[in-house]
Amino acid sequence: MEVLLCFVVGILFSVGLYFILHRHFFKLILGLMLFGLATNLFIFVIGRLTRGGSPIIAETSEVALEPFADPVPQALLLTAIVIGFGIQAFAIVLIRRVHQSFGTTDLDDLDTTEKIETPEKPEFE
Amino acid sequence: MLIVVLLGFILAFAAPLLHRVAGKYTYVPMALAALAAFVYFCSCLPAILEGALITQTQAWVPSLAINLDFYLDGLSLLFALLISGFGTLIMVYAGGYLKGDPLLGRFYLYLMLFMVAMLGVVTAGNIFSLFVFWELTSLSSYMLIGFKHQKEESRNAALQALLITGGGGLALMAGLLLLGNASGSYSFTELLNRGEMVRAHALYLPALVLICIGAFTKSAQFPFHFWLPNAMAAPTPVSAYLHSATMVKAGIYLLARLTPVMGGTDVWQYTLMLVGGSTTVLGAFLAVQHTDLKAILAYTTISALGMLVTMTGIGSAPALEAMVVFLLAHALYKGTLFMVAGNVDHATGTREINKLQGLGKKMLPTALAGALAALSMAGVLPFFGFIGKELLYEAALEESTTRTAMFAVTFFSGLIFVAVALVVGYRIFWRKTGRQTPLEHGNTPLLYLPPLMLSGLGLLLGLIPAMLATPILRRAAEAMLGEEQVFELSLWHGFNMVLFISLLTLLLGYLLYRFTDRLHALVPRLSRIYRFGPGTLFYKAVKALPDAAGVLTRSIQTGYLRNYITIIILTLLGFLAYALIPNSPSLELADRLPLIMNIRVYEFVLILLIMAALYMLHNSKSRLTSIAILGIIGYSVAVFFILFGAPDIAATQLLIETLTVVLFVLVLHKLPSFHNLTSIQTKIKYIMVSLLFGGTMTYVLLLVKQFPLDSRLKEYFGQASYLQGQGRNIVNVILVDFRAMDTLGEITVLAVAAIGILALFKLQLDKEEKP
Repeated sequence: MEVLLCFVVGILFSVGLYFILHRHFFKLILGLMLFGLATNLFIFVIGRLTRGGSPIIAETSEVALEPFADPVPQALLLTAIVIGFGIQAFAIVLIRRVHQSFGTTDLDDLDTTEKIETPEKPEFE
Repeated sequence: MLIVVLLGFILAFAAPLLHRVAGKYTYVPMALAALAAFVYFCSCLPAILEGALITQTQAWVPSLAINLDFYLDGLSLLFALLISGFGTLIMVYAGGYLKGDPLLGRFYLYLMLFMVAMLGVVTAGNIFSLFVFWELTSLSSYMLIGFKHQKEESRNAALQALLITGGGGLALMAGLLLLGNASGSYSFTELLNRGEMVRAHALYLPALVLICIGAFTKSAQFPFHFWLPNAMAAPTPVSAYLHSATMVKAGIYLLARLTPVMGGTDVWQYTLMLVGGSTTVLGAFLAVQHTDLKAILAYTTISALGMLVTMTGIGSAPALEAMVVFLLAHALYKGTLFMVAGNVDHATGTREINKLQGLGKKMLPTALAGALAALSMAGVLPFFGFIGKELLYEAALEESTTRTAMFAVTFFSGLIFVAVALVVGYRIFWRKTGRQTPLEHGNTPLLYLPPLMLSGLGLLLGLIPAMLATPILRRAAEAMLGEEQVFELSLWHGFNMVLFISLLTLLLGYLLYRFTDRLHALVPRLSRIYRFGPGTLFYKAVKALPDAAGVLTRSIQTGYLRNYITIIILTLLGFLAYALIPNSPSLELADRLPLIMNIRVYEFVLILLIMAALYMLHNSKSRLTSIAILGIIGYSVAVFFILFGAPDIAATQLLIETLTVVLFVLVLHKLPSFHNLTSIQTKIKYIMVSLLFGGTMTYVLLLVKQFPLDSRLKEYFGQASYLQGQGRNIVNVILVDFRAMDTLGEITVLAVAAIGILALFKLQLDKEEKP
């Protein structure tokens, strides 16, 4: 299973990177999200997999009993997922905003500030 | 010596203040300070002459074994006396030359700084002190050359000198460190006795090459010679002091200092003889082609420096003897001639020898100094230069293997020196001619006394060499040879071969002088060759650098996100390959094949689901479909987290995934649908990069999992989280207790993102504000 998951991670990385390399904003965001997923899985898999065995101490015991999953990568992942969400949210709003101002969804059109257009009606007020 | 150096630095930085108080008399305290240094070094004379060695140590950075050491032997003392004595005269001379200059205070600051730094170079007792002072001389030289900073020519010349000598300084630093490694000591007291060890060491050759580059750049040896003539943009006192008598001899000093350690090998001899010899010839050859007084003198200086390097390279007792004598003689006459040229320039406003005529009567003291120095330069009998020239011939003729070449070099430069001496000492002052160059104003005593004194010293040393010069020169030569040396200087060597050659030199040199004008007429035809000279190459390189930087920047900074990402990814892959390929760890996949069987059906289904979703995502043309598919992938990953004992992550992932989808739909639903922006070729390129990257990540993951994981943290948190953190969910305890600060940081990031999003929503550009 672990071996197969390694390949899943690789495929996720490939597709994510391929999407990031696109010129379209939307694909860029999709790529970023896939890339984030791949990274999270990467960390998770590298910290070894344990079926079942959540890192939760049973009511009857004072210390965790083997087998339990390594809590350290999990703690890292939790932080990573939340921060990743922050970035995604910001990116989504940013490209919305860029599209509103520039009227384009092509990254290559963003090489100048001359094209900024002020929308007739502000949408978010 | 520490006190001399410290007082010098203090006085240097006090110079601008002094100038405000003392005005045009600033030269008095400055000259007195230099004189004090001279007297101090004179007081060291008796001990040194008896063969003693004076060392002083001052702890500087003791923890790194870097100390401010001083080391004074015959060689150091010779240089120190030259620097401080000459310095005294130059301080006086500068007072006259730059009288009324509003920046005179600043000038004295640089000049004093230079003098102290130069004294530091020649008395340094270890390679660190040597290097620090060495760099200080480069810096002060830079500021002195660029003193007339309003002129572009000065600024360019200063920068060029700094780049060349500074670059050489870097090489020198590396070379000195290698030398220190090879000998096991950074201090001269020990280093100088470990010649055998160093010469046999594997680092000898690299150290030698680097140190030679340092010395050659500083002493304007071919092919680094071109900065020196340009440095003539400096005021004349600087040219006379730094660029003829002292700083350019720092390289010579370094080579001389290291002769006992590094000298004597074939590579040392031939390198120095080849570089020095070609510099001698080239400098002499270029000197007769110029009509600017200072340029002529600069090129003969290059030639003389080449001669000094050659003699150091030969390294035999007569050669080193000739080297120290010629060094002193050259400093005396060349310094004088520079000051004479400066006086002429000062009085008439020009340095073109074709415009200068019949100045003798109006500038009698200057003309006298010029004549004395020129006679010494030409090597006429009662002058010190004559002794120098004789010794050079003797040394060249005694050298066995390359005797003919060495003699030719010496003879050729001798001829040119005679011709140049006639131009500078005779032609501009006394040649019979109808008109006289008008003087703008006469020379003050401050201007003509220092050159008179220097040139008089040249005569005096020539007349009674045994009393004044021999003892210290003998000790200086001994410092290089490392053994006791019988050393007799006398004016009259009897009627022998060398005397005959000297007379022949004078005669042929005079003939050459008669042809100077015709030679100058030939110069324009030669100028085509100089297009390929190192000076031109340097100029082109300096101009090409920003262009190359521009091309490089434009090729890397394309402004396209995908190019940046491609470069980042490829760099990462490159580093991984660099680290992995030499070890070439193999993946023992065959051993792990049975492990693949260890899979539950639902897990397999999940993987299939992700693959299918990815495929659909790629083909989807609709945004809403894409968002939905992305949700599927996210949820599948979350299920994996549940299956492998990470319910907290799974919960977070599910929540975040839902939020993202909602955000997507709310915010991006108005964007236009996809259209194809990229060509097939580009797509294939990106697919290749992506596959390569994904493949590498899989490989790395498989490779890492081959090794056992040593997680003491897992055990620690398993033990401690209930007992210390009072929580049963270990992950939660880590987040809110053990690593609470990290979580606070995470919350901050979210808050910042939220503020950013709010700002983006609120941002409205007014039409008026648009640029």
